[in-house]
Amino acid sequence: MNDKTSKLIVTSVALSMIGAACGGSDGDEGAASGAADCAVGETDGDLALYNWAEYIAPEQIEEFETEFGVSVTQDVYDSNEAMQPIVAAGSSGYDLIVPSDYMVGIMKDGGFIQPLNKDLIPNLANISDDFSGLNFDEAGDYSVPYQWGFTGLAVDLEVVGTDFPRSWDLVFGDAADEYAGKITLLNDPRETLGAALKSLGYSLNSTDEAELAEAQEVLAGSVDNLLAFNTDSSDELLTSGESAIAQVYSGGAITQFLGTDDPSRYTFFVPEEGGTRWIDNMAIPFDAPNPCTAHAFINFLLDGQNGADLSNYTYYGTPNAESVALLDDELNEFLTSPDLLAGGLDSVETIVDTGDFELNYSDAFTEAKG
Amino acid sequence: MSNITEPRGATKFLLRANAGLVYAFFYVPIVVLVVFSFSDNRNVGVWGGFTFDWYRDLADSEPTKDALWASVQIAAVSTVVSVVLGTMAALALERFTFRGKKVFDALLYLPVIIPDVTMAVMMLVFFSQAANFFGFSKGFTTVTLSHIAFSISFVSIVVRARLAGTDDTLEEAALDLGATRWQAFRHVTLPVIMPGVVGGGLLALTLSLDDVVITQFVTGSGWTTLPLYVFGLIRRGVTPIINAVSVVMLVASMALVAFSLLAQRIRSHDPV
Repeated sequence: MNDKTSKLIVTSVALSMIGAACGGSDGDEGAASGAADCAVGETDGDLALYNWAEYIAPEQIEEFETEFGVSVTQDVYDSNEAMQPIVAAGSSGYDLIVPSDYMVGIMKDGGFIQPLNKDLIPNLANISDDFSGLNFDEAGDYSVPYQWGFTGLAVDLEVVGTDFPRSWDLVFGDAADEYAGKITLLNDPRETLGAALKSLGYSLNSTDEAELAEAQEVLAGSVDNLLAFNTDSSDELLTSGESAIAQVYSGGAITQFLGTDDPSRYTFFVPEEGGTRWIDNMAIPFDAPNPCTAHAFINFLLDGQNGADLSNYTYYGTPNAESVALLDDELNEFLTSPDLLAGGLDSVETIVDTGDFELNYSDAFTEAKG
Repeated sequence: MSNITEPRGATKFLLRANAGLVYAFFYVPIVVLVVFSFSDNRNVGVWGGFTFDWYRDLADSEPTKDALWASVQIAAVSTVVSVVLGTMAALALERFTFRGKKVFDALLYLPVIIPDVTMAVMMLVFFSQAANFFGFSKGFTTVTLSHIAFSISFVSIVVRARLAGTDDTLEEAALDLGATRWQAFRHVTLPVIMPGVVGGGLLALTLSLDDVVITQFVTGSGWTTLPLYVFGLIRRGVTPIINAVSVVMLVASMALVAFSLLAQRIRSHDPV
C-alpha cells in the first residue's frame, strides 16, 4: 500500500458499505450459487481473470486455453483497494481474482467471494503445510494460495560489510546512525509500523494503542537517518547506490539483485525479531459467471510443473510443495537460504485487517513521519 | 498604437528568465522521459547505453498492445459522440431560451466540478445495478458512456466560449438570403466555431486517454485501458518500457494536434 492507496482505504470502506447495501437484494442468489456444481476439469465458459500486472506467464494462459478449449481474458489492477469495490458492487464479470491475505478476510466477511468446491481441486493436496490454517481463511474454504513473499531488509554488503546484526536495530537502533541518509523504509503504515512493532517484540497486528504509540516513537526516532520512505523504487535506490539498507519485498529485491552485474553484492533477510509474510490468493467472486472454469484454472495452476512455471516467471515464492524442486536454481537458492529467516518461520506474521484500527495506523504513520 | 510599452532592462530579463523556467519545468521532464526510453538499463534513471530494446519489448507485449488498442477505441468513440452532443448543447444554451435552461446549464457543468472519485462511485453503482438488471456485462459500453458523460461538459464549455465571441447576425443573414437552417449551420456557423469544436474534441480525446479513476471503476473484463495497465505495471517496478509507451502516446498526440492545426490552416484558405 502506498500513500495513494492508503487514502483510498477510507473510500473503499465507504464503498464496501455501498456494496453491501446493493448486494442486499441479490444476496440470496449469491449465497445459493455457493459451491460450484460441476465435475473435475469441467468448464462452463471462458475465463475472465482479474489479476496483478505481469503476475502470470502469458504461455501458461495459452496452455490453459489449449488444454481446456476456452479463452482467457486478463485484466489488471494495481492495489487490493482498487479491485475490491469493483467486485463488491456486483456484475463485475470476473471469474477469478487474486486478493492479498487481509483482503481475502475482508471479502470473505463481506460475502464478496464464494466458498470453493474443494472436490473440484484435487491438486490442493500439493499445497505445502506451511500454508494451512492461515489467519485470514482458517480452513481454506474461500481461497487458495497463489504466490507469497516476505518483507524484510535488503543490504548492500559492499557498504555495510558482512558483520552486521540481523535485526531491525539496523534501521531503528544505534547501528543505524552509521548509515544515516542511506536507509529507506517502505511508504506504508502497516509495513513500517509493523517492523517497529516487531522490533519491540509485539505482534505486527497489534490493536493496542500503547504498543502502537511505542512503535510510533521508535519509527519517529529513526526518521533522521532515513533517505526516504519509498515503496515503488526502493530496490532501484539500493542497486544504484543511493541507499545501502532498504526495507523491501523479497520478490522485487531478488529480481533487482539478479539484474545487476554482481548479485552476490546484495543480500535479503527477515530480521530475527520477525517480519511480514504476505500471501496472494486465488478466489472466486460471489457472482462469477463461470465458476466451473475458475475451479479448473485453480486446479491447473496447482499442478507441480505449472506452479513452478508461475514462480519462475514472477520470482516470488511458491506455496506448492511439488513445485519447489522444479524452480530455477537461483530462485530456489534464495528461498531456501538459511540466512533468509533469521528468526524462523514462527517469527513472521501475515498482516490482517484491523478494521477501524487501520485509521490509528495511518495516523501514527503520518505523525511519525513528521 | 498601444500605450502599453514592452518592459525593459532588469524587468525584461526577469520576465524572460521566468518564462524560460516555466517552459523548462514543463518540458524537461518530457525530454528526460524520452531519453531514458532508449536507455539500456532496466532501472529508470540509470543510463546504460543506447538501445531500442524497450520499443521491441513494447511491440512484443500483447497486454500492452491490447490496452493501447482498448484506449484508442474508447477514446475515438467517446470523442466523436461527445463533440456532437457537446456542440449541440452549446448551441442550444447560447442561442435559445427555453424552460429549464438554467437547470440544464447547471447540470451540464456538474461533471467538471464533481471530484473524479465521487463520479466514479456513482457510475460504478449505477452500471453494476444496470448490468445486473438488464443482464449485460461491463466493458466497452460502460467505459465509453462514462467518458462521454464527462467529456460533453468540457466540449460544451469550449464551444460556448467560441460561440459567445461570434456574431449571430451572420447566421441570420444566411437565413435571410435563402439558406436552409442546415445550410446556414453547415456553411456559416460551423466554420466560425470550428476552432472551438476542434479544441473541445482534443480536450475530450485527452481526457478519455488519460482517465484512470472513473475508468477503473466502470471497466469490465477485457477492457483494461493503457493508463490502468501502466499503473498496474508500476506496482511491479518501473522499467523503461513505461517510458517507451509514454513516448508512443506523446508522439501520437502531438501528431494529432499537428494534424488538426494543419487541417484548420488548409480550411481557412478555402473559400467558404
